[in-house]
Amino acid sequence: MSKEKVAVYISKELYERVKKFIETQGGFSTIEEFVEFVLNEVISEEPTSYTMSKEDEEKVKERLRALGYI
Amino acid sequence: MFEDEFKKDSDVRRGKYTTVSIPITLYNRIKELIKDTGFTSVSQFVTYILREVIASMEREKLESSMISEEEKKRIIEKLRKLGYI
Amino acid sequence: MVSKPHGNKLINRVVVGRRRDHLLEEAKELPRIEISETLAADTINIAHGVYSPLEGFMTQEDYIHVLHDMRLSNDIPWTIPIILDVNPEDIVDIKEGDDITLTHNNKPIAIMKIEEIYGWDKNEYCKQVFKATDPTHPGVTKTMGRKELLIGGPIDLLNDIYEPFEKYRLWPIETRVLFEAKRWRTIAGFQTRNVPHLGHEYVQKAALTFVDGLFINPLVGWKKRGDFKDEVIARAYEVLIQHYFPKDSIVFSVLRMEMRYAGPREAVFHAIVRKNFGCTHFIVGRDHAGVGNFYKPYEAWEIFKEFPDLGITPLFIRESFYCKKCGGFVNEKICPHSDENRIRISGTKLRRFILRKEKPPEYMVRPEVFEVILSFDNPFIE
Repeated sequence: MSKEKVAVYISKELYERVKKFIETQGGFSTIEEFVEFVLNEVISEEPTSYTMSKEDEEKVKERLRALGYI
Repeated sequence: MFEDEFKKDSDVRRGKYTTVSIPITLYNRIKELIKDTGFTSVSQFVTYILREVIASMEREKLESSMISEEEKKRIIEKLRKLGYI
Repeated sequence: MVSKPHGNKLINRVVVGRRRDHLLEEAKELPRIEISETLAADTINIAHGVYSPLEGFMTQEDYIHVLHDMRLSNDIPWTIPIILDVNPEDIVDIKEGDDITLTHNNKPIAIMKIEEIYGWDKNEYCKQVFKATDPTHPGVTKTMGRKELLIGGPIDLLNDIYEPFEKYRLWPIETRVLFEAKRWRTIAGFQTRNVPHLGHEYVQKAALTFVDGLFINPLVGWKKRGDFKDEVIARAYEVLIQHYFPKDSIVFSVLRMEMRYAGPREAVFHAIVRKNFGCTHFIVGRDHAGVGNFYKPYEAWEIFKEFPDLGITPLFIRESFYCKKCGGFVNEKICPHSDENRIRISGTKLRRFILRKEKPPEYMVRPEVFEVILSFDNPFIE
């Protein structure tokens, strides 16, 4: 994986809240480590979006139209 | 490299925002994920997720009851008198 | 399981026993500031944890954060400033760090440690909180009439003010024990300042279908002219619950707190307060805490998206109406019929029947409730 990083903005207050939490909780040595962990968790929960070609979508719509659904 | 679509520089200079660095691969995945979802920037999404996660973890850490047995008895007595139980 | 208190800490700043005796003595010697009934109610609410995690009136840092970010300075959601305003001449001898006695009708209510004295921009307050500066907004008029300085700091409660609805009043620690004793795991809070008509009842019952218990918690205290008197609301609910609700599914208690008419922001505040009472859900209706046409009908629903960390789940329930074709109470989502079949029950319509002392149709208000309203010479605030 590339080591290159990008900065995202969060409010100072939220930063402090996260910092305080991981300090009392333990398990993470830096905020960045925690943020990365949380984001990876959340993202892996997202179902992989299935992709459909424009033609396929048109075909399905056509059928739905013919059946009177739309 | 900074994400520039989120807040104006002036906000940062005022000291309202701070930065957290995440791997570019992760950044790009999130950017793709939030397309057409109402989130207008990766920063906004990260803020939302952090608040959601932190709040639920803070809640889990809390002990279930903070009321002493003695206090509970006194309250139940009062509730009984008032006809609530 | 009842909800965790907001900020994960149920505040208790009610002083009892020997410490109270001691502080009451001390209070006699301290500089005094007389506060209104509304502010005395806020003081008492703080002490009993209704506004947890607040331990006092806001200092400037929290005030500014709430005003602009709708969060306390520690990032916890909070939408309405809880502030104490004073006249500069009332505090000439008082400086930051001092203790003062807050009195109401000259009776000591609380000791307050003044952490900060600061000025505020009332116009900015109105813009942020009410999204309006128009004096026809009751909140704007009230705010512009407030005193010039704010004092912030923690309070310790010595005395309650007289509560005419004592037998209907429960504090968060009490409702939490009560909900647990009833073994409710999900509880929906219902905010109101009106006598219940069938439209309200439908919304309440729609929520109750999905949760274990319903917590009906009307606000008593400062309201605007033409609103129902507090006693009318309490008595009306008493008969409604007695005749039309399963007894083990409902808790009714009143809360002495001012209505701000701040629409969306106040909806979130109302939810936070009910979370402190132990509610897991909160019913947000059409034009919640709105007034006139200042807010869009469902604007109060939108704002909740900004709070993934609120810790109480909003229940968005649509306005209900009577549909002649459906033959009952329904809402837009479930009724396919056209407008001429729909009868909307409004407070204004109900008022007309009350003023004429004419019996309204059964689909408008329960006869027992109407009887209670009519038993008052004037059920409205003058």
